[in-house]
Amino acid sequence: MSQPPESGTLETTTENPVVGIDQTKGDFQYKMDYEFDAGTGLNENTVRYISSVKKEAPWILDFRLKALKTFLEKPMPTHWATKDLENINFDKIRYYLASGQKPKRTWDEVPDDIKKTFERLGIPEQERKFLAGVEAQFDSEAAYSNIKDLVAKQGVIFANSTEALREHPEIFRKFFGKVIPTGDNKFSALNSAVFSGGSFIYVPPGVKVAQPLQAYFRINAENFGQFERTLIIADEGSEVVYMEGCTAPKFSTSTLHSAVVELVALKGAKIQYITVQNWANNVFNLVTKRGVAHEEAEIKWIDCNIGSRLTMKYPGVVLKGRKARGEVISIALANDGQHQDTGAKMIHAADETTSNIVAKSISVGQGRSTYRGLVHIPKNLKGCKNNTECDALLINTNSRTDTYPAITVRGDRNATQHEASVSKVNEEMIFYMQQRGLTEGQAMSLAVNGFINDLARQFPMEYSVELKRLIDLEMEGSVG
Amino acid sequence: MSTLTAPQTIVGSFTAEAFAAQLAKQKSAPAWWLDRKRAAYEKFVSLPLPKRTDESWRFSNITTLTLDGFNVGGRAGISTEAPFGPAHLAFANNTLTSRTPLVADLVGRGVIVTTLAEAAEKHTELLKAHFMAQPQKQGSEKFAALHTAFVADGAFVYVPRGVEAGAPIVITHSAAGAGAAVFPHTLVVAEENSKVTVVDYFVSADSAAHFACGANDLYAGHGAQLTYVAAQNWSRETLSFQFNSTVVRRDARVQSLNLHLGSRQARHESLSQLAAPGAFSEMLALTVTEGAQEFDQRTLQIHQAPNTKSDLLYKNALRDTAKTIFSGLIVVDPDAQKTDAYQSNRNLMLSDAAEAQSLPGLEIQANDVRCTHGATSSRIDPEQEFYLQSRGIRQAMADELLTFGFFEEVLNRLASEPLHDALRELIKTKFKK
Repeated sequence: MSQPPESGTLETTTENPVVGIDQTKGDFQYKMDYEFDAGTGLNENTVRYISSVKKEAPWILDFRLKALKTFLEKPMPTHWATKDLENINFDKIRYYLASGQKPKRTWDEVPDDIKKTFERLGIPEQERKFLAGVEAQFDSEAAYSNIKDLVAKQGVIFANSTEALREHPEIFRKFFGKVIPTGDNKFSALNSAVFSGGSFIYVPPGVKVAQPLQAYFRINAENFGQFERTLIIADEGSEVVYMEGCTAPKFSTSTLHSAVVELVALKGAKIQYITVQNWANNVFNLVTKRGVAHEEAEIKWIDCNIGSRLTMKYPGVVLKGRKARGEVISIALANDGQHQDTGAKMIHAADETTSNIVAKSISVGQGRSTYRGLVHIPKNLKGCKNNTECDALLINTNSRTDTYPAITVRGDRNATQHEASVSKVNEEMIFYMQQRGLTEGQAMSLAVNGFINDLARQFPMEYSVELKRLIDLEMEGSVG
Repeated sequence: MSTLTAPQTIVGSFTAEAFAAQLAKQKSAPAWWLDRKRAAYEKFVSLPLPKRTDESWRFSNITTLTLDGFNVGGRAGISTEAPFGPAHLAFANNTLTSRTPLVADLVGRGVIVTTLAEAAEKHTELLKAHFMAQPQKQGSEKFAALHTAFVADGAFVYVPRGVEAGAPIVITHSAAGAGAAVFPHTLVVAEENSKVTVVDYFVSADSAAHFACGANDLYAGHGAQLTYVAAQNWSRETLSFQFNSTVVRRDARVQSLNLHLGSRQARHESLSQLAAPGAFSEMLALTVTEGAQEFDQRTLQIHQAPNTKSDLLYKNALRDTAKTIFSGLIVVDPDAQKTDAYQSNRNLMLSDAAEAQSLPGLEIQANDVRCTHGATSSRIDPEQEFYLQSRGIRQAMADELLTFGFFEEVLNRLASEPLHDALRELIKTKFKK
């Protein structure tokens, strides 16, 4: 049944005592020489250190210091969120660490260690070529980038946060920290104080970026929190698709990932933001994501959460201009020892705005998935519509799912509808597949893939392939 | 920084003196009853008022919750309004003012309809087992403790094994005089395979501001069928709380319908516990608002055993600047496989300034279940609206027609035609101005 624990995985195995699940998958870690390291713990000096290494303008340092103050003042949101948050030890976390490498241009220049990591992920050779446009963040700084040149011809700026704020403050400063103010929540404040890495993108008016912009984020040092910051501005009538995927080595003590992602879609622009999150089972993944959609603009979040110990993430859209449209497609898979607390927020702030939320979650073993949603339609608006659908699939008898939506409607000229259902895998279906020679695990895997199929199809091809592979991995040993 | 402050005890008008005076009036009450009340009063004193950050009070107006300016035990003025016919028990300002005896046949078969005061002496075990015996965890622990401490009298209905009690048993609770504080209570015990319908009617004798803090305990034994209808029609200035607790045993069925019309701010908490296989709880509610009323409804459906069913349908018709909050939670315990739970909140928006909050929640810990919930908020179909307008129907009339059309689905679930009619008449009064 369970294989003998390898060194270093002992603790994780005790945390997840269920047998028959491969606790070692995704376990890999390579030694790195970290040139810049802010040490562990967080205080004003940490923040000043990060800012000085990045040679930042004084206003950014001020921004960081104010954010630190806000972070320290804000209480943990445990009056509504899980008490597991109290297990984060902020003093044990490394807040900044960079490989000290300049962003690279071609695949050949990418360090072998990083290539090895991609290999372990199982990305096929061909796909890797396709992924040649990847802005691969290795720990805090971008380690690889070449799509940049390509899109630069269209006038698109695609840079990491440090570069962008240094070289294009006239474009980014105006929107930076405006969609998600520092004080939005404790973790957005934390990110604002210590952010590094992430992508800043500006798409000029009318430009339709042909290929999706991608970034892989990795964590690769024990106790190292990653605080990337992303800001995407799509100018009038432009279109852009951004993808991020996360996998992380498994550590024996908890790791914190707390990103802030801000999107601005100006008049008639379209932004699609795709995430496949597969952090190791000891990562706290506490991310704030929000977009502002101006007149007739469209923002769509496709959010898939498979990894981490605790994810709390509710991508939102502020529908600021008339006829703006917001959409969240969410897939969550919670296995033993995992809590996927995900959902969506739709803030209607103009007439005739529409929003759509479709969330599907799968709970395996003792996994817990939670949908938390907020739909807000204030008074004096007309013609606003929201549709929300939440479906939960429970695999084992002890799996758990929760749904906590909050819907506010003022006035009589708007309409909302919310529906949720909870079900289990159809036994007849499993029996049928077993009759045809599939193992129970394979049958279950097929059924789960079927459950999310209509959402998975909305992912770009290579992501839906990866997603299917991740689900197969997760379903291994979930039955029997 | 030191933010330590002495724990604040907020009791408002419900001071230790008021409590002692109230206890002194219950001279003949048994010691255990008085002990419970003392313990409840201590709990009331020790608990804080709800805070803005309390999840169970999310979206509620906390600032208007007050315990000041009320008095217990004022002289009773009697409301003569009787939409459900003559009351078997009528209470005014916590005191029994009239009673209509049960038909001799039912008395002979052991059906009991009496006051809590009498039950405390004569039916001690039943009262001990069922009176406020279920957990309070929906946010109003302080007010529930206040209720237990100050409840002076109420209704006790007992239907023995296998007996069908026939026509509805009607209980009225009224409040009269400025600042009157009332603590209505109705306890219903339906034993194995019995059948009973109980109606609670809450009404103010005048338009003054009252404080109503009531509770009902419903217990349905194996195979029992219990129908409970509560119509809340307090004055428009009243601050009201009502706590319902329902326990449904094996193969029993409880149907409850709450009609909310009155109060300036009304909080209703309802807990249904499906305690044994085959249990079924149907939870219905209808609300019509006017002015700046706030109706705050919190429900909890707990499936504790396999093969249980619950079906909740709460409908709100929102007019003027009113606000409704529906916060519901279905909990399926780890062993409650084959649960069938439904929860639905529908809001009909009849005004541009009304506000509907909907928080339909699920917490599921068993996998072989069928749980669904839905929430909708919208105006009616524009075509229907156009139809009405094109026939020259006034706005107010149209609203009334639309509301009844919207409510029909719920009213039709009541088997009793006279009850159905009485509720319709009450709802109509809300549209007369």
